[in-house]
Amino acid sequence: MIAARLPVQRPSNARVLIVDGEGNIEHKARSEFAELLRPDDVVVANDAATLPASLFGQHSRTGRRIEIRLAGRDSLDEIRYFSALVFGEGDFHTPTENRSKPPALKRGDRLELGRLRGTVVRLLNHPRFILLQFEGSPQEIWEGLARHGRPIQYAHVPTPLAVWDTWTPIAGRPVAFEPPSAGFVLDWSMLASISARKIRFGTITHAAGVSSTGDPELDVLLPFPEPYRIPRSTALMIKHAQASRGRIIAIGTTVARALEHTAAVFDGLVPFGERLATQRLGASSRLRIVDAILSGAHERGSSHYELLRAFVDDETLSRIDHELNTRDYRTHEFGDSVFLERAAHQTRSAPRSSAAA
Amino acid sequence: MKIHHKSVDSILSPLSPLVAPTDDQPRNPFTDTRVAITGGTSGLGLSLVRELLDRGAKVALVARSRDRVECVVQELPAAHGVVGDVSRKEDIHPITMQIVGALGGLDVLINNASDLGPIPLQLLGDTECEDLERTLATNFLGPFRLTKAMLGSLAASARECRGAVVVNVSSDAAVIAYPRWGSYGSSKAALLHLSRIWDEELSSEGVRVLSIDPGDMDTPLHAAAVPDADRSSLKRPEVAARELADTVAAVLSQRTEAIVQEEIG
Repeated sequence: MIAARLPVQRPSNARVLIVDGEGNIEHKARSEFAELLRPDDVVVANDAATLPASLFGQHSRTGRRIEIRLAGRDSLDEIRYFSALVFGEGDFHTPTENRSKPPALKRGDRLELGRLRGTVVRLLNHPRFILLQFEGSPQEIWEGLARHGRPIQYAHVPTPLAVWDTWTPIAGRPVAFEPPSAGFVLDWSMLASISARKIRFGTITHAAGVSSTGDPELDVLLPFPEPYRIPRSTALMIKHAQASRGRIIAIGTTVARALEHTAAVFDGLVPFGERLATQRLGASSRLRIVDAILSGAHERGSSHYELLRAFVDDETLSRIDHELNTRDYRTHEFGDSVFLERAAHQTRSAPRSSAAA
Repeated sequence: MKIHHKSVDSILSPLSPLVAPTDDQPRNPFTDTRVAITGGTSGLGLSLVRELLDRGAKVALVARSRDRVECVVQELPAAHGVVGDVSRKEDIHPITMQIVGALGGLDVLINNASDLGPIPLQLLGDTECEDLERTLATNFLGPFRLTKAMLGSLAASARECRGAVVVNVSSDAAVIAYPRWGSYGSSKAALLHLSRIWDEELSSEGVRVLSIDPGDMDTPLHAAAVPDADRSSLKRPEVAARELADTVAAVLSQRTEAIVQEEIG
């Protein structure tokens, strides 16, 4: 695979590798994604907008330049407390894993981030992973983030990303720390086409977290806990799909994580509400809700890749890797896609009852 | 008060069929409705902020002047003030982020901020291109960009049967060719047609786009355009705000009635 270096959400030559439930592989233009859908399917996407989560500034005690990357929070409404990664001098042109370290951080250290002022509440079991508290009113914090923050950048995209590069067409509440990039495939014309074919489209709002910390010790903890909200309309669609045996198709790993988290908590049901996803999906996970996933073409070893192991076995994944590599699929946020149906032997478990949601 | 296309009575939500009112005590359709108003520190915009707060809405207002935004928020602490210029492309996402972030979503967007064009009003032949560009940026491109940036939130609102209404504040100058109103009138005509097309295109998403002419009002904009106007003949902006709120309420009520029916059903 090769890195997608241009921040174009829907390049005309984008492709999708398709794997059906029997493990058969084919290739299509990604613009034909809607043709993969069937009546009674429910398509669920993450409508989170992306926060400008990269904040440059100064560590007050030492006067040294730092970059903060907001990485998590306990709820979608929280605006004062964030978990955050801290980097030293430099910028995104240096790969994250090669970035210089920040000064030694201590509880109570003050950080000056443009108009924003913050304090290190404590270290989160790592010298550059902190709980950050912003000062000021919610209005001041929102303005500070909106005006001073920049989207988290990627070393493989040489042109700096603007905020609008990171918002999917359906972006709503600004709660994600990196874009829910599987949703780049969507546009309003596709949604109208889906609607005209009586295929239901719903959303969740999931605070997609950072994809890389630059530190192997922290990377193994990815994805961090992520708050999400399932609205009533989406819960009803899923309930109807479960009753009618329609497929539930997740646009992106965050949707799969959220729906399966709720199903694990509620024994196969998906009631509406806000929750905190804490689990990791992988080869040993039993999928209860999601029948198929549209995701990026991820590299082996990433947390996104691990999640795909819940859908297909390792032999199939190896064949997928081979196809992606030999056909020069593009990886990362602005790259090509894969569409995986859950392996046929993994039948969807029935919900406890049909009375919920 | 003129709605330039589709009477409110004809507005149906494609997701939630309209049903006849059955509730003896109708709900206030603005309760907890999340509303954003541009140009919210004077004239019709400020009156709308007051009116909708009174009706129980969660309101964010946008204006260019920090001093005036802070002044309004001091008077109306329940309002969320955002400093920004809708005519600037770079301001659109920061404005959107602050509004949707603070309100937790968006149900109603009122594109009210307007630029009159050159003052005093000029014949088109005497209008500087830059003045026309500025007017179009505020009155046409700004509402387009802001609506586009908020479309995900509005569509989510529609899916949750919360309403999803965009109001583009228009003028009779959008349909009548008044001499010397070329910049303003042509920008409002463009906005009117944009509203019509967008209303058609978004009907499948359940998002309504209305173009509403509130009539000649006693506002700073009107005073700049017609300095010697008889102010007693002009509509008070608070009256226009009440009428506009009633129109939006009628659309939102259809959503409320549908929810009631769903809950009963």
